[in-house]
Amino acid sequence: MAAPEQRVRPKVAVWKFASCDGCQLRLLDCEDELLPISDTIEIAHFLEASRATVEGPYDLSLVEGSITTPHDAERIREVRACSRKLVTIGACATAGGIQSLKNFGRVEEFVRAVYASPEYIDTLATSTPISAHVQVDFELQGCPIDKAQLLHVVLAFANGREPDLPRHSVCVECKQAGHVCVMVSQGTPCLGPVTQAGCGALCPGWSRGCYGCFGPMESPRPAALGATLAALGADERDRRRLFSTFYANAPAFREHGRGARDRQVSDPAGDED
Amino acid sequence: MPERRRIQVEALARVEGEGGMNVVVRDGQVEDVKLRIYEPPRFFEAFLRGRSHTEAPDITARICGICPVAYQMSAVHAVEAALGIRVDGPLRMLRRLLYCGEWIESHVLHVYMLHLPDFLGYEDAIRLARDQREVVERGLRLKKAGNSLVTAVAGREIHPINVRVGGFYRAPRKRDLRALRDELAWARDAALETVRLVAGLDFPDFVCDHEFVALQHPDEYPFCDGEIVSTGGMRIAASAFEEHFEEMHVEHSNALHARIRGRGRYFVGPQARYNLNFERLSSVARQAAGEAGLGAECRNPFQSIVVRAIETLQVCDEALHIVEEYEEPDAPFVEHEVRAGWGAACTEAPRGLLYHAYEIDDEGSITSARIVPPTSQNQATIEDDLHRFVQQHVTLGDEELTWKCEQAIRNYDPCISCATHFLKLEVERR
Repeated sequence: MAAPEQRVRPKVAVWKFASCDGCQLRLLDCEDELLPISDTIEIAHFLEASRATVEGPYDLSLVEGSITTPHDAERIREVRACSRKLVTIGACATAGGIQSLKNFGRVEEFVRAVYASPEYIDTLATSTPISAHVQVDFELQGCPIDKAQLLHVVLAFANGREPDLPRHSVCVECKQAGHVCVMVSQGTPCLGPVTQAGCGALCPGWSRGCYGCFGPMESPRPAALGATLAALGADERDRRRLFSTFYANAPAFREHGRGARDRQVSDPAGDED
Repeated sequence: MPERRRIQVEALARVEGEGGMNVVVRDGQVEDVKLRIYEPPRFFEAFLRGRSHTEAPDITARICGICPVAYQMSAVHAVEAALGIRVDGPLRMLRRLLYCGEWIESHVLHVYMLHLPDFLGYEDAIRLARDQREVVERGLRLKKAGNSLVTAVAGREIHPINVRVGGFYRAPRKRDLRALRDELAWARDAALETVRLVAGLDFPDFVCDHEFVALQHPDEYPFCDGEIVSTGGMRIAASAFEEHFEEMHVEHSNALHARIRGRGRYFVGPQARYNLNFERLSSVARQAAGEAGLGAECRNPFQSIVVRAIETLQVCDEALHIVEEYEEPDAPFVEHEVRAGWGAACTEAPRGLLYHAYEIDDEGSITSARIVPPTSQNQATIEDDLHRFVQQHVTLGDEELTWKCEQAIRNYDPCISCATHFLKLEVERR
């Protein structure tokens, strides 16, 4: 067996912005691959896993989370400056995440709804994807991202290849898996026709409609799907809610979800002491 | 001349989320300890307003990628309380099975990858694996067993897709759960090995006097049902949570500090559960606790690693029993009619008590939401532990003291992503 120490391993860093930690946890969820992969790449900066950090520059930075504070808007520029390649992982980093719902309400009301002393909170009016701030080399979709796709992307960059992941819809995977269409057979609203593959058509396999957690596919037709959903009996509020969850701020979904959010935070002082 | 020392760690590692700590030491006396939580706020309670009650489990799961099942469980139980429905029988057992999977995954991640390296003097589990590969491999396989369980019941490990108000979208197939039997039997043995491993670690002599708070069920180790009880004599229904607990907004933290009204700080999590529910542990878990030298009460936060290992054994054992006895239910969920109402629930997340409350209008839309996660409840307690710990070890050098403080924080397995709605270590000596 070759001594791995003799090779120069690419230096990989993991960074967190506003997020739930789930996408970086995917790395630690690679229970079978974690120890072997650490012979191939050097995990140089990964705070969730290690108190030891190696100085940059880094060959590959994996960025989780969206930009929601002035400090983070500055920090992402520093991350970009010390990274040869920068890959965003997950819905927050690539589209702003569920927290981008605040882009459509008045942010002061959101702060007041949660915190008794709003003056202590330093937050921007918007939650924005990493690409709104710095150049991004690849965007890995999912809320959360898929483990196999993550390994594919990390190994591609470690070996100087471009990642090759499908941009077609969940419907393709659903047919490949042999699931019965939940829209056709049960009349269940499903975002599968406009959502990017990668989950393996998970929800239809569990008798529920896709809720779009891998974001818009390449060239989606959300308006056409909206008409089909209406014909199935989904009212306007239900349709807007469907488009306005974990990829609410993605350009292809944004307009189709707007009304679901305009109604929110009508009583900002409701639960304050 | 007055002595002034300043120790600083930019960002605490091996915790979930972002935070730091400030310790001020003047002339050898600890003046102030602040756990600073700078994880950016995400305002979940605000944007739940106007959403359907059916969306609560999927939306709140996104508060935390480590314990999404906990959020889903508290959410569905609170919504079901508002709707006046009760989920029992095999569906209730499936929910316990799902929670078993998350406790295994979360506890084993913490025991092997986040906490154990401190005790053995390694900076992370990957470095530990260079010397003790079989130990880390056992941890990874055990963690995977937990993840496989979550996946088998609810579709995927992180942000499961099969949890709904009233039960599940589709009941797991009997053959898919039976297929887990051999690995769960291995996991139960591995969990016992884990208890033996961590029981032999070197623990600092440190005892806390915190009031422990956890759920208590008449005969089960608690997950989703029971009263809120404390070592201070509290015994209340989950729906009375807000009458007895309050949240304070402090300047150095984006997570609200919780306290018992009129009393102050308290402690939730595995040690609280263990201390209040020791008799409800299975005989195999109680026997392992005895072999590990733990009595019915454990007040050293550094021994939380032993308690987590015992709880892992407890839930591997329970999961194995549920899987062996599982029969597919007649219907995957209980039907419900929409009605206006308010409902609250507490369930036991891996890190402790997780409170959700929702108000729903007559169209089923959420008009208000309140969520109190375990880590925000423990913040003041962590600060108190650190204050006393630094005072006891103030003669240590900066580097060693810093690492010990990090370890003292990791005792609580803080989840900062959860709490913000948390760690950077900074010790200032003046």
